[in-house]
Amino acid sequence: MLTIKNLHANINGKEILKGINLEVKPGEVHAIMGPNGSGKSTLSSVLAGNPVFEVTDGKVEFYGKDLLALSPEDRSHEGIFLSFQYPVEIPGVSMVNFMRAAINAKRKYWGEEPLSATDFLKMMREKRAVVELDNKLAGRSVNEGFSGGEKKRNEIFQMAMLQPRLSILDETDSGLDIDALRIVSQGVNQLKSDQNATIVITHYQRLLDYIAPDFVHVLYKGRIVKSGGPELALELEEKGYDWIKKEVDE
Amino acid sequence: MKAVQQYIDLLQENRTLIDNHSAPVLNALRDTAIADLQTIGLPDTSREEFLHTDVSAFFAPDYGLNLARVKRVNDPKEVFRCHVPNLGSNLFLFVGDNCHAMCKQSEFPQGVIACSLHEAALSHPHLVARYYGTLAHSDNDGTVALNTALAQDGFFLFVPRGVIVEKPIQLVNIMHGQHDFMACRRLLVVIEEGAQAKILSCDHTIDKGNFLSSQVNEIFVGKNATFDYYDLEESTLNTRRVASTFVRQDEGSNLLINGITLHNGYTRNNYYITLDGPHAESRLYGMAVADKRQVVDNYSFIDHKAPECTSNELFKYVLDEMATGVFNGRILVREGVQKTSAIQTNRNLCSTKEAHIYTQPQLEIYADDVKCSHGATVGQLDNNALFYMRSRGIPEAEARMLLMVAFTHDVIDMVRIDSLKESLHKLVERRFRGTLDKCAGCRICQ
Repeated sequence: MLTIKNLHANINGKEILKGINLEVKPGEVHAIMGPNGSGKSTLSSVLAGNPVFEVTDGKVEFYGKDLLALSPEDRSHEGIFLSFQYPVEIPGVSMVNFMRAAINAKRKYWGEEPLSATDFLKMMREKRAVVELDNKLAGRSVNEGFSGGEKKRNEIFQMAMLQPRLSILDETDSGLDIDALRIVSQGVNQLKSDQNATIVITHYQRLLDYIAPDFVHVLYKGRIVKSGGPELALELEEKGYDWIKKEVDE
Repeated sequence: MKAVQQYIDLLQENRTLIDNHSAPVLNALRDTAIADLQTIGLPDTSREEFLHTDVSAFFAPDYGLNLARVKRVNDPKEVFRCHVPNLGSNLFLFVGDNCHAMCKQSEFPQGVIACSLHEAALSHPHLVARYYGTLAHSDNDGTVALNTALAQDGFFLFVPRGVIVEKPIQLVNIMHGQHDFMACRRLLVVIEEGAQAKILSCDHTIDKGNFLSSQVNEIFVGKNATFDYYDLEESTLNTRRVASTFVRQDEGSNLLINGITLHNGYTRNNYYITLDGPHAESRLYGMAVADKRQVVDNYSFIDHKAPECTSNELFKYVLDEMATGVFNGRILVREGVQKTSAIQTNRNLCSTKEAHIYTQPQLEIYADDVKCSHGATVGQLDNNALFYMRSRGIPEAEARMLLMVAFTHDVIDMVRIDSLKESLHKLVERRFRGTLDKCAGCRICQ
């Protein structure tokens, strides 16, 4: 579904991604690990279309479409979902209005009628249960006054609502306690199918105990320098990143 | 010829006509007002408080006036259908500056007087005379002087001691007709000790002519009394408005003013609030949504005369295209007025390079045991929030609209009438969606 070829990207003239290659197929879970500053979050932002980053070279195809030519909203409609490392607080925009705008924009894109108020609220109720999100939170402004764990649960709730084909979870485990981590992971696993795929970006192996990857990639200095199976994550947990840095830098 | 001269000529030629169609209490102030107008003229940009908007230019066109008090419509309901519905309010319609009561006096608790100012000045001359013109001095601002010289009618509310008027009173001011017209409306509100009331005033222009709305409001909030004044403007590009609101608050009183400019032409609002007794609380909020070449200029002066009072001021502007916003907020804490708390906030969004905001906080503090703060910001929409919304599939234009609506959210949330709050949220959203170029109930957009 997703083919990344030789992807280069800059922020403020500084090159962060220096030739990423990655292939993701339906049903797969890919973990991208790497030390701080290796470009993990940049990769997720570029895939979601954050205009702060400038793509200087390379190609990204998503179900045969040129992903980089699409606006962030159209990427979302095509089925890309980014769970933010730092979900943004939007005071004054209620979760209900936010979600309704998102759902109906997607339906319009695919030539469907807007959801009726009853169907929409029913959907909200069902999907809230996936991550045990309190009704009170759903009634508030987007992420405003949410705790760290609630924000991450809210991300997965939105993912459940939008039913993406490719979910990118950017450090979803950061700032989560064990209970929240369990709820969030269960939510992600529940949404998994052989039709969709997940890219899990994480610093630690911990999350991968809950969301089992099929492939593990190590990102370092803007390139994928090592790929392997789940055992690679365990090796990294044990030995740290130094041995990889050493291999690459030599 | 300066704009002011045509009014002085008009006043001299028509003085008898004006007096004959007005009450003696109102006529009593005209000589002084005319003399003041002659001395100080109409304010132009040479005065610091009027630096960015030449208000005297508002008065330059040759507007018609209704000095003979001709009833311009037989059935005001024909002209206007209430558009902020379900408020359950007691309604008064002002067509031009003619007052039409749309509710019965029996709707009000005993002792309350709610009627046209003209009627009140005839039926309760001593009561009206005790207050009329005592806050709005005509020697400082030519627009107040001119209003006082011309005013023949308006609205009068008197709520006696301890009486609570539950239902909001709604004043709908309608500018209509084929001829350029100037309306002079006076509002006189007296809330006695421990009494409570709420007024919602809505300005609408429903025809395409040039209009000038001159409003002078005097509000007396007695000891431990509570008063809300919501002032909504939904007019047209050809409408000019100068509204001056003067308030005196006694000990322990509670005031809320919320001035909302949703659509307009050129607007100048002045707020003068005097905290005259200790423990009084004053909240002055305002917001403006402006685009095209609209101008919204709000001036406020909060005078802390008594100790241990609180004032909280919040104004927000969303300016698009070539719009101009002005906020000038003066707060004076007089000598020895200790334990004062005064907060002033002005936040602005400028969507284009051509949109301008002039913001000027002005705090003068002559006491040393006070909490005073002010903050002014000018910015654009939050790009992180914008990207977050787009990444969820919300189209950029829709995301911008939602963020702009959200920006004004807190000003509307201050409204203390739930049904009005709800209506305002909807009206603001429609304004940003571009479907509210004119008011909802008017003939020309139906």
